[in-house]
Amino acid sequence: MSEIADLSALPREEREARENFLVNTKGFLSWALTLDHKRIGLMYLVGVMTAFFVAGMLALMIRLELMTPENTYLSNAQYNQVFTLHGAIMVFLFIIPSVPAALGNFLVPVMLGAKDVAFPRLNLSSFYLWICGAIFFLTAMLYTGLDTGWTFYTPYSTSTKGPVVAATMGVFILGFSSIFTGLNFIVTINTMRPPGMEWFKMPLFLWATYATSIIQVLATPVLGITVLLLAAERIMHIGIFDPEYNGDPVTYQHFFWFYSHPAVYIMILPGMGIISELMSVHCHKSIFGYRFIAYSSIAIALFGFLVWGHHMFTSGMADVTTIIFSALTFTVSIPSAIKVFNWLATMYKGTVQLNTVMCYALNFIFLFTIGGLTGLWLGALSTDRPLHDTYFVVAHFHYVMVGGTLVGFLGGVFHWWPKMTGKMFSELWGKVSCLLVFIGFNLTFLPQFVLGSRGMPRRYAQYVPEFQELHVTSSVGAFVLGFGLFVALGVFIHSLMRGKKAPPNPWGGATLEWQCTSPPPYYNFLTPPEVNDPYNYKPLVYRDGERGWEYIHPEAPEVPQAEPEPAKS
Amino acid sequence: MSEAAAHGDDHGHGDHDHLPFLAHHFDDPEQQYDSGKLGMWLFLVTEILFFSGMFCAYALYRSIHPEVWTFASQYLNATLGAINTGVLLFSSLTMAWGVRCAQLRQRTGLVVCLAMTLGCASMFLGVKAIEYTHKWELGLLPAGSYESQYLHTSIHHGISDWLYVLSAVPALCVVGFTVWYGYCLSKGQKENSEVAGSLLVTALCYFAGVGLGIFLESGGDHGGDHGGAHAAEHSTDHGDGHDDHGHAEDAHEHEGDPGHSEHGDDEKHSVLNPNANVVFVSTEVEETSVFKPGAASEKQVDQRGGAGLFFSIYYCMTGVHAIHILAGMGVLTWLLVRATRDHFNEQYFGPVDYVGLYWHIVDLIWIYLFPLLYLIK
Repeated sequence: MSEIADLSALPREEREARENFLVNTKGFLSWALTLDHKRIGLMYLVGVMTAFFVAGMLALMIRLELMTPENTYLSNAQYNQVFTLHGAIMVFLFIIPSVPAALGNFLVPVMLGAKDVAFPRLNLSSFYLWICGAIFFLTAMLYTGLDTGWTFYTPYSTSTKGPVVAATMGVFILGFSSIFTGLNFIVTINTMRPPGMEWFKMPLFLWATYATSIIQVLATPVLGITVLLLAAERIMHIGIFDPEYNGDPVTYQHFFWFYSHPAVYIMILPGMGIISELMSVHCHKSIFGYRFIAYSSIAIALFGFLVWGHHMFTSGMADVTTIIFSALTFTVSIPSAIKVFNWLATMYKGTVQLNTVMCYALNFIFLFTIGGLTGLWLGALSTDRPLHDTYFVVAHFHYVMVGGTLVGFLGGVFHWWPKMTGKMFSELWGKVSCLLVFIGFNLTFLPQFVLGSRGMPRRYAQYVPEFQELHVTSSVGAFVLGFGLFVALGVFIHSLMRGKKAPPNPWGGATLEWQCTSPPPYYNFLTPPEVNDPYNYKPLVYRDGERGWEYIHPEAPEVPQAEPEPAKS
Repeated sequence: MSEAAAHGDDHGHGDHDHLPFLAHHFDDPEQQYDSGKLGMWLFLVTEILFFSGMFCAYALYRSIHPEVWTFASQYLNATLGAINTGVLLFSSLTMAWGVRCAQLRQRTGLVVCLAMTLGCASMFLGVKAIEYTHKWELGLLPAGSYESQYLHTSIHHGISDWLYVLSAVPALCVVGFTVWYGYCLSKGQKENSEVAGSLLVTALCYFAGVGLGIFLESGGDHGGDHGGAHAAEHSTDHGDGHDDHGHAEDAHEHEGDPGHSEHGDDEKHSVLNPNANVVFVSTEVEETSVFKPGAASEKQVDQRGGAGLFFSIYYCMTGVHAIHILAGMGVLTWLLVRATRDHFNEQYFGPVDYVGLYWHIVDLIWIYLFPLLYLIK
């Protein structure tokens, strides 16, 4: 791994084929023990996709159950277990590691022109912690069924018979996986930027990843100690969360949301980073308001630590506290809005390519904006009282988490798919998948806003018959959404089997990852590449489908340069 | 990828001949050192936040129930806590000295410093083992298992059976390291014998800590020291010679300074009330208790939701801290092995430095725990 074999004698094509990180070493162990961030990123990608598939199936089970007002095929207890499993897997195994651990691992060092992340072994151990946490978590929940909801609220979680201790230990382990990823990225971005890449010459995806990493490092340890105390509460009855011993269950909620609200930004910030890249590249226009987008990422990360109380407006806090939390909550909308307006301004007079990637990016902006604006209803005290714990909340966070993070993640996977696999995908079917996701998603969750505002509470298997029409609409939408995601999966599999070979720069991106081959060699770059403005598209020229976009040095003559002679040592 | 040829040598193993520990993805040792150092500082931030949850719980419950804290902290032996503080402070000194030795490539100095740091850590755990087992015997347990002291009837014989359980691993270590040390000496393996010898000393330090703890925890019995914070601890030993027939049954009413009561088993009750002003009454006559106006009664705090909660937080905080000490001993051992192999020099001393930082934070957390838990009164 540390040795870079000298293959310079070989022809370029063959050398690229041999140095391709996917095949430069072979065998199961060469993947299982790899320290290459790109392979770890791909393993994460497969892992989170699997988790997403499982949790998605559970979501369909929930929607199927809710087709009728009575229990259809799940008992109330089983329904509790299914939605707990759905939420917990989605949050801890899919959304949190999706963009940072899968795409981030692949992209951060390449975007920096570095050979690897700062701590490759820590990176691999973080992946195995994820696996370990996932196994722990799943067996615990499948064993007797966990029914606490993904939040493990006390006092129910300390009294239920479910395997809370095992599940919380799974969360503890997954937390460390997340911390190690974040720590690695902060150090990598701080110390391994190439010469010439100042902070404000970094691609915005790196800014978003950096902000995310800050949250991961600062918030996740608090979750760690919270679940540890919860486990101690169950094992030894330490009483901190138990009113029987003068403890206070609301303390648990404070501890939990001190992590879990910032964690919401762990989920959405990397998605925003992806969209910043996608918008600029596929509009072929420099990003509008670079500094504002960069600062707003950091602002969201910091504001995110001050607003956890808005999850607890009805838990019995002092009035003054709720007012303060409510006011702070509204401040988060400022940096979020800055981002949305800047993306829109980027499109203005840009060369908008309505390809699959751009469709997903537009999808993100539309859905995320709805998700964000409905958040204001929930952040305001007067409207939160009736809407709390209704389907309005469910719809709101699905618009942000699915419409935002998942759609952004898919857009990112489509965008970097040629770079990761070296294969192009079917544009037509990609767009079809995006359309289906858009229709299915809105059909699923728009009715839930209505349901919630009419008083349908969360987490019930049964409901009054008046709600059935909206619930059936929502369920039909869920199946359309699921079908759309399967189409996207089909596009990826088809691309792997039959996809055309991708050029190094198929979209005309100006960030560094497009300067190495697709897929990159295992060492990424031998020397730090020349750093330019990541959003200056003027020197890029489109050749043809096979060669894609090529970088022309402004002063250089427009002919391919001769290969330099090997240096004599 | 035409640069491959041009720069292959610079970044191939050319550098690595000179710098065996420079990872391939770093340009130079300085970048590697800076990355490691920043990574370690970030890790320390996560450590502080990890403890912060418990500090919050502490602040919350202490602000709501200050009287519980005053009452319960008297069961903690401040002398032992102070000794442990000193031991850890000294270990920080040896650790920092070790970092300096690594930077100056003083191999022997580094090995000695690391061994001393390990020894201090081990001694800390020995003292902690005494403190823990003593409290377990007294029923001073987390809320769910806490036994109110006025009902607590089991006799404490000075050395708890739990101590034998806790000491089993260190005892095995002593035997194992002795054998290993002897073997290395007989084979003339210098490096391994240094490691084995240091680890043997480390394991023995645990028992030094235990011995010190036993002396201070029970030695006071004979000295008749009834004042101070650890009166509570050793006073139960007064009960050793008595039958335990009457703790709960006998209704005793103490006034004045109960610490000087002439009844042997009154001693146990008396410790609940080092404040001479407050009257303690045992169970059967609780209705007639007389309390100082405004002060919480002993009985209100001497229960699971009172002192029990204190001990929950005490065990969580000191327990998690002890786990960090153990983890620190693990990495210190790893450093010790590498130090005997002469891995560290002027250009490569990062690991010693990072472990040093970690060790100081563990020390620092104790510096906060000690006054917050032991020195309330």
